[in-house]
Amino acid sequence: MKKRIYMDHNATTPLREEVLEAMLPYLRDEFGNASSLHAFGIRARRAVETAREQVAAALGAQPREIIFTGCGTEADNQAIKGVAFANRSKGDHIITSRVEHKAVLETCEYLEKQGFRVTYLPVDEYGLVSPDDVAQAITDRTILVSVMFANNEVGTIQPIAEIAQVCRERGVYFHTDAVQAVGKLPIDVRQLGIDLLSLSAHKFYGPKGVGALYVRKGVRIDPLLHGGHQEWGLRAATENVAGIVGLGKALELRLTEMEAEAQRLTALRERLYNGIVARIDHVYLNGHPTRRLPGTLSVSFDYIEGEGIIMGLDLEGIAVSSGSACTSATLEPSHVLLAMGVHPATAQGSIRFSLGRGNTEEDVDTVLEVLPPIVKRLRELSMFSEETPFPEEAGPRRRRTKECVR
Amino acid sequence: MTTFGWYTDKVCEHYQNPRNVGQIEDADGTGVVGNPVCGDMMMITIKVEDGRIADIKFKTFGCGAAIATTSMVTELVKGKTLEEALQVTNKDVADALGGLPPIKVHCSLLAEEAIRAAIEDYRERQAGGGGT
Repeated sequence: MKKRIYMDHNATTPLREEVLEAMLPYLRDEFGNASSLHAFGIRARRAVETAREQVAAALGAQPREIIFTGCGTEADNQAIKGVAFANRSKGDHIITSRVEHKAVLETCEYLEKQGFRVTYLPVDEYGLVSPDDVAQAITDRTILVSVMFANNEVGTIQPIAEIAQVCRERGVYFHTDAVQAVGKLPIDVRQLGIDLLSLSAHKFYGPKGVGALYVRKGVRIDPLLHGGHQEWGLRAATENVAGIVGLGKALELRLTEMEAEAQRLTALRERLYNGIVARIDHVYLNGHPTRRLPGTLSVSFDYIEGEGIIMGLDLEGIAVSSGSACTSATLEPSHVLLAMGVHPATAQGSIRFSLGRGNTEEDVDTVLEVLPPIVKRLRELSMFSEETPFPEEAGPRRRRTKECVR
Repeated sequence: MTTFGWYTDKVCEHYQNPRNVGQIEDADGTGVVGNPVCGDMMMITIKVEDGRIADIKFKTFGCGAAIATTSMVTELVKGKTLEEALQVTNKDVADALGGLPPIKVHCSLLAEEAIRAAIEDYRERQAGGGGT
């Protein structure tokens, strides 16, 4: 069997061997409950606190400001609902963007049902939120701004420091979903002026089922889970010790290689993109050309549909995704690409390569051999082409995706 | 055989080697269904001789299931009388492919609609004076 090539690191990453080794004792003999006062408990507690220090150090935060959660989605829910419910007397308005992960968008939609008002800021063609738009949207009822650090589908990196500064000046909390950014980009929460930040271990070669939320000292926030004193009463649950140890270890290891990996992956990504453009026409880059996550490459192919491309690649042993794996079960084109003004039919023909530690130049070159014949074959199957383009009425002005029903 | 997602071998095989691909130049009937915005569009062209589907070709913009279901429906109706072809349901198409994942059942519905639309178009042209 030929080597399988995994280029879907924004969906998840493989667990590092060293991380697994660090976790194993806590899945075997070190089974103590970190809240217990006997020797078993104290050893588990020490392991959790060491991980907390590792995470704090990675973010420029204090250990007391790190809350471990069950995943990145929970961290987002905790941040947004927690701030909303704790600050209801101050205001009822939340600002976010149209390109957020569903963990943020659907949490905001839930809060709308609870009586909060939410502003969904537009983005430009590269997926960037404007700090001026944030400033203009803030009212005296605004309690929270939540804008992602980097986008999971297209990789665009937001002007976080500028947005945070606007929030600071206006006395509004600023949360950022940094699930795709932590371990890929240098982040110092103090320097950037971030009040809350979400992260997830399995995006940086740690285990699934564990995430963390940075909550700046002094931020008023309510818990989601009640029933225990853990995490200073913010997350009542017996600690997932092995997972937390894995998160801390994975992040610590990642920081040692982050800069070199960023350079290497940016070069690989460019090799892939330039190779695709040289071999295939009617291809468009999604996301910002330079302000982008090192390993992320989202491209749209006119006249064909994304799942067809992914299927062709997977049958050849190459794993990529279309937009976001979370939405691949729906018929609607990616909300991120639509917000960026991509023609909805073209958006249907989008695929995302997300490169990571295991990928090499040879992998990229294999993709460049395999992909063009797949695109060519699917285009021959399609009724659309340069001569018979997508119908105009299906264009970006008509947002009719709600009509796509099964 | 290697498969993709929750597709059967048969779906993957039809995706890899679709039957009856193309567009009949002087077709007697054309059926176009779906919408590229929704990610699926199918076009079936037919040639009718003595009340039978003498030739059939398809073009599809869509996922693997969309391609496989259109390919399969063309196989199922080729050579059949129009009446027989109209009896072919989306379930027949899905069954012939060894089943479809629940979220892809709509592809088989589109495929059924596409052949119906092509036959309807043929009949309208006949009723309208037989010109092409």
